[in-house]
Amino acid sequence: MKITVGAVTRGGSALDYKTGGWRDQRPVLDAESCKSCGICMDVCPDSAVIVIEETYIIDYDYCKGCGLCANECPTDAIQMIPEEK
Amino acid sequence: MQDERVVEGSEAVAIAVQACRPHVISAFPISPQTHIVESLARMVANGEIKAEYIPVESEFSAASVLAGASAAGSRSYTASSSQGLLLMTEVIYASAGLRLPFVMTGVNRSISAPITIQVDHQDTVSLRDSGIIQFYVESSQEAYDVHLAAFKIAEDPNILLPVMVCMDGWILTHSYERVQFLPQESVDSFLPPFEPENYLDVNNPKTWGSYAEENVLMELRYSVQQAMQCAKTRIKEIFSELEALTCRNHGGLIEAYRTDDADVVLVAMGSVAGTVKEAVDKLRKNGKKVGLIKIRCYRPFPHEDIIKAVQGAKVVAVMDASFSMGSEGAIGLDLKAKLYGHPNAPHVIDFIAGYGGREVNIDAVERIVEKAENMAVSNLPLTESYWMDLNPAILP
Repeated sequence: MKITVGAVTRGGSALDYKTGGWRDQRPVLDAESCKSCGICMDVCPDSAVIVIEETYIIDYDYCKGCGLCANECPTDAIQMIPEEK
Repeated sequence: MQDERVVEGSEAVAIAVQACRPHVISAFPISPQTHIVESLARMVANGEIKAEYIPVESEFSAASVLAGASAAGSRSYTASSSQGLLLMTEVIYASAGLRLPFVMTGVNRSISAPITIQVDHQDTVSLRDSGIIQFYVESSQEAYDVHLAAFKIAEDPNILLPVMVCMDGWILTHSYERVQFLPQESVDSFLPPFEPENYLDVNNPKTWGSYAEENVLMELRYSVQQAMQCAKTRIKEIFSELEALTCRNHGGLIEAYRTDDADVVLVAMGSVAGTVKEAVDKLRKNGKKVGLIKIRCYRPFPHEDIIKAVQGAKVVAVMDASFSMGSEGAIGLDLKAKLYGHPNAPHVIDFIAGYGGREVNIDAVERIVEKAENMAVSNLPLTESYWMDLNPAILP
């Protein structure tokens, strides 16, 4: 890999940085309690809540564990659990 | 044939910027920089510049507009002073790292507190580590000429760094001088349109300002230092190209004035250089071998050229109009560091002169020379700055 002048690179390269390793609290979503309201997706600062086949899931490649989703979830469907190595 | 008129220094800068055909100008008024951007606003309003003039609510925004405009491929310009420059600091560091070649005028004014409009170099010197190239000018004519060169230097594909032309507030910006102006076609032949390889383009998206880890960050910083080193050669070449059109030579990275056989070499930058030259001539008439090195380019620091010019001198008296609290004057620190270990290095004495607007006249320069000669032969340690004309009686 070579660096570029001013570190200007191709578009969308932020996807290459998997920042999930920064996390020390892991949000765990309980599919039973989730009403698919989408608030967690709106408040996530890292676009780490995604929908696959109408089911909300956390993208642990990018979730930094801030806990906003757990705090805002109206049905308490998301619990923050300490990450363990 | 060059147009020649008596104009205010600020107007001379505005005319230079106009001739460089900027696309975007953004500014927030602060004394003593205001006349420059007022003149440019007038030129844009009158249709004399086809640029977008973006008034903003703070200097932080002015610098941010410039960064965005420059990234979009626009030739961009702003000016500021004192607190305004400090408020721009974060963006200036970022712009150097992003390699955005905008040009700005740093109109020198001391920093608060206490609040003041007096002139010294503390504001611009405090940006020395950011990666912005810095020039200091002696006259309005030199300000005009260096602004023309500034865009070409900034936009050079091997440099690509922001450039700041520093000029003393009031002394230069608000005084009237005879200035010669190049015809537009000469400026156009010297300065080609800005066509960067990378620019923000919705049809060809690129990532700007991406995150960097420790495996590349140091190399990215080093590449800025490489650009600075490269700039030392290119600046001289670009100044020569401009000289071929203007028939004016202000020097290269430095101007060495009567230093060839000098025992005492003064080092200064900015408008005070004119006064120092007068003092040098007067002292020479009285048989004293004195010379001046005027630092024109402060970043990158031209230590190779300075060291060549002080060969054979007994003592170098640096005149610093800024101070690193807890240490010494800025130029003194640079020069001492670069001279360390050189065989036959002269003594370097750092004088704080022209700091906080304290007047430096011919008499003061003569006293600096005398003091430097005495200190060089004394056994006094030369590690502390000498605060010229300090009045201890009024200290608290």
